[in-house]
Amino acid sequence: MSELRSLAVREQFATADQQRETATVGMWVFLVTEVMFFGGLFMTHIVYRLLHTAAFDRGSADMSIVLGSTNTAVLISSSFTMALAVHAAQEGKWRRLAGFLFATMLIGSVFLGIKFAEYYQHYREHQVPGFWFETSDPDPGGLQMFFVYYFAMTGLHALHMIIGIGVLAVLLFRSGLERFTSAYHNPVVIAGLYWHFVDIVWVFLFAIFYLPGLHL
Amino acid sequence: MIGAVEVKPSRTYLDSQEGILSWLLTTDHKRIGLLYVFSITAFFVVGGFFALLMRLELLTPVTDLVSAETYNKLFSMHGIIMVWFFLIPSIPTTLGNFLIPMMIGAKDVAFPKLNLASWYIFNLGGLVTLYALIRGGVDTGWTFYTPFSTSYSTTYVVAAALGIFIAGFGSIITGLNFIATIHKMRAPGMTWFRLPIFIWSHYATSLIFVLATPILAITLLMVGFERILKVGIFDPALGGDPVLFQHIFWFYSHPAVYIMILPGMAVISEIVPAFSRKPLFGYKAVAYSSLGIAAIGFLVWGHHMFVAGQSLYSAMVFSILSYLVAVPSAIKVFNWTATLYKGSVSWDTPMLYAIGFIGLFTIGGMTGLFLAALGLDVHVTDTYFVIAHFHYIMVGGAVMAYLGGVHYWWPKISGKLYPEGLAKLSALIVFIGFNLTFFPQFILGYLGMPRRYAAYPDEFQVLNVLSTAGASILGVGYILPLVYLIWSWKYGKPAGPNPWRATGLEWKTPSPPPQHNFETTPVVTYDAYDYEAMKEELELV
Amino acid sequence: MNSSSWLRPVAASSVSGEYDAFFWAMVLVCGAVAIGIAIALIYFAIRYRRRSENQLPPQIRVNLAAEVTWIALPFLIFMGMFAYGAKLYLDIERPPENALELYVTGKQWMWKLQHPEGAREINELHVPVGQSIKLNMISQDVIHSFYIPAFRVKQDVLPDRYTTLWFRATKAGEYHLFCAEYCGTKHSGMIGAVYAMDPHEYQVWVDRGAAEGSLSSLGEKMFHQFGCANCHHFDGHGRGPNLQRLYGQTVRISGGGSVTADDTYIRESILDPRAKIVEGFTDLMPTFKGQIAEEQIIQLIAYIRAIGPQPVTGAPQPWIVQPGTTAISGTQPETR
Repeated sequence: MSELRSLAVREQFATADQQRETATVGMWVFLVTEVMFFGGLFMTHIVYRLLHTAAFDRGSADMSIVLGSTNTAVLISSSFTMALAVHAAQEGKWRRLAGFLFATMLIGSVFLGIKFAEYYQHYREHQVPGFWFETSDPDPGGLQMFFVYYFAMTGLHALHMIIGIGVLAVLLFRSGLERFTSAYHNPVVIAGLYWHFVDIVWVFLFAIFYLPGLHL
Repeated sequence: MIGAVEVKPSRTYLDSQEGILSWLLTTDHKRIGLLYVFSITAFFVVGGFFALLMRLELLTPVTDLVSAETYNKLFSMHGIIMVWFFLIPSIPTTLGNFLIPMMIGAKDVAFPKLNLASWYIFNLGGLVTLYALIRGGVDTGWTFYTPFSTSYSTTYVVAAALGIFIAGFGSIITGLNFIATIHKMRAPGMTWFRLPIFIWSHYATSLIFVLATPILAITLLMVGFERILKVGIFDPALGGDPVLFQHIFWFYSHPAVYIMILPGMAVISEIVPAFSRKPLFGYKAVAYSSLGIAAIGFLVWGHHMFVAGQSLYSAMVFSILSYLVAVPSAIKVFNWTATLYKGSVSWDTPMLYAIGFIGLFTIGGMTGLFLAALGLDVHVTDTYFVIAHFHYIMVGGAVMAYLGGVHYWWPKISGKLYPEGLAKLSALIVFIGFNLTFFPQFILGYLGMPRRYAAYPDEFQVLNVLSTAGASILGVGYILPLVYLIWSWKYGKPAGPNPWRATGLEWKTPSPPPQHNFETTPVVTYDAYDYEAMKEELELV
Repeated sequence: MNSSSWLRPVAASSVSGEYDAFFWAMVLVCGAVAIGIAIALIYFAIRYRRRSENQLPPQIRVNLAAEVTWIALPFLIFMGMFAYGAKLYLDIERPPENALELYVTGKQWMWKLQHPEGAREINELHVPVGQSIKLNMISQDVIHSFYIPAFRVKQDVLPDRYTTLWFRATKAGEYHLFCAEYCGTKHSGMIGAVYAMDPHEYQVWVDRGAAEGSLSSLGEKMFHQFGCANCHHFDGHGRGPNLQRLYGQTVRISGGGSVTADDTYIRESILDPRAKIVEGFTDLMPTFKGQIAEEQIIQLIAYIRAIGPQPVTGAPQPWIVQPGTTAISGTQPETR
């Protein structure tokens, strides 16, 4: 078995395959914990949406569907570049890998930029609960609750994006040092899993915060 | 060789590397297990000290030893420390960390560095919580019910919640590590149904760790937001719902109690076959029951809220499901008992703790049946009946299992034998002290004494005095093992690899084991607890 | 205070007999099982104790019949326990139609009680023996819980929402009243006494306390004092809905949907009138949040209940879903 061991196989593993499969299991379990983490917020959001339907609809209508949709398209294309990065890693093409990792990071940053621009806009319109919230809405508590969830959930999502960009930066660095080959590139694969998960969470956030306001 | 004393000093995990840094930066799961032993023992002492003060105060019907404010902080801190900094981590992070890789024939867990990180995260959470304690404590109860915790309490709620929040990540990492380890690091031949039940139970525990703990994180985060920003999440005046807090809190906290008991059941499932010298009766039933408890445990949270204002119909559903979750626990009790039938039963200390566990867990579990009965719960919920119920399971169950497991695997962990006579005496003291402390509390609850009361009507005094007397005896029972185990670490008789003649891969290694557990990867060819197949190796007739 | 024995606490309500019977049946069944397990363990441990250090006993692994038995039998027993528990629960939770309704306000750290005839009490509750009593309860701050051990009843008392509890005392006497949900510093001091009295004595007591007027007559005063009468005319031509014959009816709300006009809805309409506006009316009613005390809201509710059964003299009320039915009294379903 020793000929299959390279410097990249850790002590506790017998083979490189075992290491790769174990790391993948670990990432999937981690993503399940993330589902529960966001899920808790989604569930209580639903409860409050049922209690304050009209106010939540009015809050949705107040969101910028243009910026929201743009951000959705941005994030989905970052998932595309991430998938291309994984593909490049599989082919052993480290320069292409590095390029696509960088593109993903860049597009992710664009997402964050647009998000923070939206936050600033809400701040200007006095829609930040806890800091500056004023409204003449007939259900002020309900509308504030909408924005509490908006900021909490998109904020948590943005935090996950920032961490994701950090992880990609580390991978970019290692790919520049030619650490990844077609035989060993699992860290890129599982980082891709994480990135796609964060993307999917955004799609759900887009659906619950932006779409109801369209009254389709 | 059985019973032979190791003459040549070999490199064990204890002396594989020297110096304090080699411990603080270790990635060896066995050393990490010992690091956790230090942490949880320290927290147990702090939590136990608060319990002692509470019981002293309750000797008299009036608040004379401490003020009402202090009493409220005492029961809150006792609960928080015991639940999150002792019970939830205890067996998994100590015995689990030490034994899981060994039992499956692996060199270590899947992610050793994450394992070390979890210990630091756990201690960081503990430090933040202790900070809250030192600054003045928290008085919301370990349950943090709103709107009291979010809008009315003037104590260090956010700090305490933050400490628990941080420690929760340690739990999640431990659970994740165990799941990956059990799935992917089993030795050749170690199929799922050859695994010891210790592994099955810890696997089920780990599923709850990863699925439930994030919900706790979100719950505490929302309490923190509400307290700092006052945006109305649980404040009815701002459109929030305080009962919603109870739903999300108990959605985590009920599975959490199964995190606290499944590892105890794991230990018992190892001790009972070992000291009956036959396989665990009904292995598959017990294995599936572990998973069943974890799964159904997620569906019963509403039984904490039968008088909280939920609808009669949801109460009915939660009641039925609560009875359903009792079935797998009953299965385990019957199978453990049946394992002794026609066995070769030895009365060593671990077995005394195990038998004590089965009896006390049965009592605790059955009082759970009382609480699951909707009509009965109305009178006894929020009284000492509930306190007695969960202490029978947590202390009479989980703590006794922990002590039993520590004694059982002590020779493996330390390479030494503990003093058997003194250990048996301590087990007896614990059993007597425990029952005297908590049985009167069932009566107190039925008589109507509410919980979290610093002062109470005179007629409840006699039972309270009995309970406090029991607590002092119980305290002695806990101090003794602390003393003699530490003594035996240095002065105990050297233990061989397998002093109990037990099955299990961990007993095939020297005591203490070397750093990487096995010289060569074992190949497993028989079932768990297969004394028949191992009888030559174990020299049994 | 009536004293309890350790085997049976004071039992003084219509359900306490049923409760204790079931409780002790559970003790017997569970006790038998616990003792059975204990005896089995001790017997096996002695009978099959290890004879020699290297003994290998028969390696029995499984017995399907035993396994199935001890899965099926407990399950059936548990379902029986559920059924009894559910029946007892329905008896405890569902008040009879003829219950006398009192109002309870809990706050840190005292109980305030209002009788419909006008008597008010703090930390004490006088009730007649043999009469069903229904308590409508609300908290002014945190969650409390109203607990009378002798009657075997308990119900959490919530802010912003009414919850109910009912009982019928069967024995005269003085019984503990406890707060059973931790509510802060003086939680253990939020206690009192329930006095169950002979019905004649109760009548004397309650008449003495009615000097100020009944709850509903006080409510009528509030109705005018707060200006409600200015908009809520009884001829149907006011700017607000006619509140006669309203209590307990299903009301259509503007924007779709309907709501039951119960205590919680009336209270919400006073404190947050924009939340659910009656169909056909507009957002005109001011909020009284911060200006009206919880007890005054209760008085208004009592008044609206009192005018509930009055025949309508003015214009029809199209926003009421089922005209012609009388106001519901004791058997109102829980709101959420």
